[in-house]
Amino acid sequence: MMPFIIKNLPILIVITPLMFSLIVAVLNNNRLAWTFSTFASFLTMIFTILLCFEVSYKSNISYYLGNWPPPLGIEYVIDRISIIPIMIVSVIGLIATLFAHNFFTLEIDEKLVSKTYSLWLLTIAGLIGLITTADAFNLFVFLEISSLSAVALVALGSKVDRKALVAGYNYLILGAVGATFYVIGVGLLYGVTGTLNMGDLAQKIPALGLNKSVIVAFTFMMLGIMVKAAVFPLHIWLPNAYAYAPSPVSVLLAATSTKVSIYIIVRISYTIFGSSYEIYSFESLRYILLYLAILAMFAGTIMAIFEKDVKKLLAHSSVAQIGYIVLGISLATSTGIASSFIHLINHALIKAGLFMSIVAMGYYTLKRIDVKTIAGLGRQLPITFFSFVICALSLAGLPLTVGFISKLYLIKAAYISEGIWLPFLILVSSALSLIYIWKLIEGLWYNEKSLKIEKIKELPEIYLPLLVIAFLNIYFGVDASLIIDNSFIASDALMSGIK
Amino acid sequence: MDNLILKVCTKVLFTPIILFGLYVQFHGDFGPGGGFQAGVIVAAAFILYAMVFSVEDCKVIMPPKLNFFLLALGAFLYGFVGIIGLILGDPYLSYDVLGTTKEAGQHIGILLVEFGVGLTVCNVMISLFYSFANFNFGKKNND
Repeated sequence: MMPFIIKNLPILIVITPLMFSLIVAVLNNNRLAWTFSTFASFLTMIFTILLCFEVSYKSNISYYLGNWPPPLGIEYVIDRISIIPIMIVSVIGLIATLFAHNFFTLEIDEKLVSKTYSLWLLTIAGLIGLITTADAFNLFVFLEISSLSAVALVALGSKVDRKALVAGYNYLILGAVGATFYVIGVGLLYGVTGTLNMGDLAQKIPALGLNKSVIVAFTFMMLGIMVKAAVFPLHIWLPNAYAYAPSPVSVLLAATSTKVSIYIIVRISYTIFGSSYEIYSFESLRYILLYLAILAMFAGTIMAIFEKDVKKLLAHSSVAQIGYIVLGISLATSTGIASSFIHLINHALIKAGLFMSIVAMGYYTLKRIDVKTIAGLGRQLPITFFSFVICALSLAGLPLTVGFISKLYLIKAAYISEGIWLPFLILVSSALSLIYIWKLIEGLWYNEKSLKIEKIKELPEIYLPLLVIAFLNIYFGVDASLIIDNSFIASDALMSGIK
Repeated sequence: MDNLILKVCTKVLFTPIILFGLYVQFHGDFGPGGGFQAGVIVAAAFILYAMVFSVEDCKVIMPPKLNFFLLALGAFLYGFVGIIGLILGDPYLSYDVLGTTKEAGQHIGILLVEFGVGLTVCNVMISLFYSFANFNFGKKNND
């Protein structure tokens, strides 16, 4: 049994949630649907952990679907780079699934709950598939799987607030534009090289010399994925989608979906086009990304400061944090990419924790959480508030939390490549983010309570997953060696592809 | 629609359309055809029935619950055929081990997979038709 599992790990992490989503879809019992989903995400996480051990001594696992060798067939590749986002998706996926049950029964029509779990597992399968595949077209297929099911999940928020339908529609249209751009790029590349395998593309592109199709293809692919990753001017679908989605969906999407897209940006620019970096002098592109990232840092933070609705506030803050991650990538140095990988992991932990604690408050009070209704809630919900504060301080970058580690490495990387002005800007935007964090903490703890509610009992099935996330925020802030070492290994592996 | 000619024609055509769908389905590996086209053709028979008689009549011969079950079953069949190969020691989606020779295995595999595709496409078309046919503007959607 064991060798069979070990041999097939790269596909098992994708098909476990995929097949379970089909089983869950036809179940009538909502509790059973939740049990199956939890089981599926638990299995996925076990497989991911096994895969981590495999990768740590093999460093590169390649899997041929249907025994068709690449470039003809589809190849799945797990290496030291892709294991990081896979780990994020499966860990957050499990915690969010455990957390989801109460919210789905409250926020979604009873008839639709099992179908919701089906879409939920499909999203997870799509996201993991996006990371594992080494085939440019297969990536598009998974892009569609994950984003279409995410769109449906966002729109399911319409029982609570009809605005979810508009948010889902915006996400659908912009996501479709992004995916189409990506596939146009892939088509152009296929036209000039005749292959879709990423490794094969990387070998064939430099031989073409200066070719306009390749430049256009690169532009289309990057733009398409940047829409999905919500890089600054292309982020407009994000705040509403996160704010009006059903609560667990906000948690899952905020923590994983944009991270995976950023990983694809890294893959496209360093794995597919890394070998032709010099020929096409993508150096100028790096500055475009750099300035967009700086704009994102400030625009996201300032939008968050003036936002009243707390879920939307967190979504705006996500835009700013994506800015930090893209900033690290745009530095195009080993330290820069490592720092953005570190922030990729840390931000997933931070945002998952923040969204979970805010939606938990919404669950207890049955109100939409905005800056006014949170007044005094912290004292009524001590455990939730405690986790919220840990994650919020982590977002601001206080020492002994994960946020500090990522800011530290980001500032170091920025200083090495750009001098003093860039670290200064990062520090200013971090300081600005303290304004909205303080606004929330002040409201939760110091203000007189505005809602008249009975004494609330906190439920263990909600606060236990939340405490796990809060603990991880502290644990990796104290002993960050696991994250940092793996991020540096990943960034070195990526940089070695650049010629 | 209360037209005798249409009703009689639909009753006559219903079975041949499904038969033609099955022909396209299983002829898929030798000529043009396959699961996608066959699924749409079979679904067309049901949609024709629903348009000429009524959506409620169509729901008697294809209940929405069965429709949704078959929809999931088709996709499940596709994935499960892949898993059989995986259990028998080959990579996922490898059909070599299904038959006595490699060619026979691929043949059986692709036939089953295409059947799954046909089932899913047919039921997705029908369920799309149901959801549009049931949509009442301004009223709350019950199904």
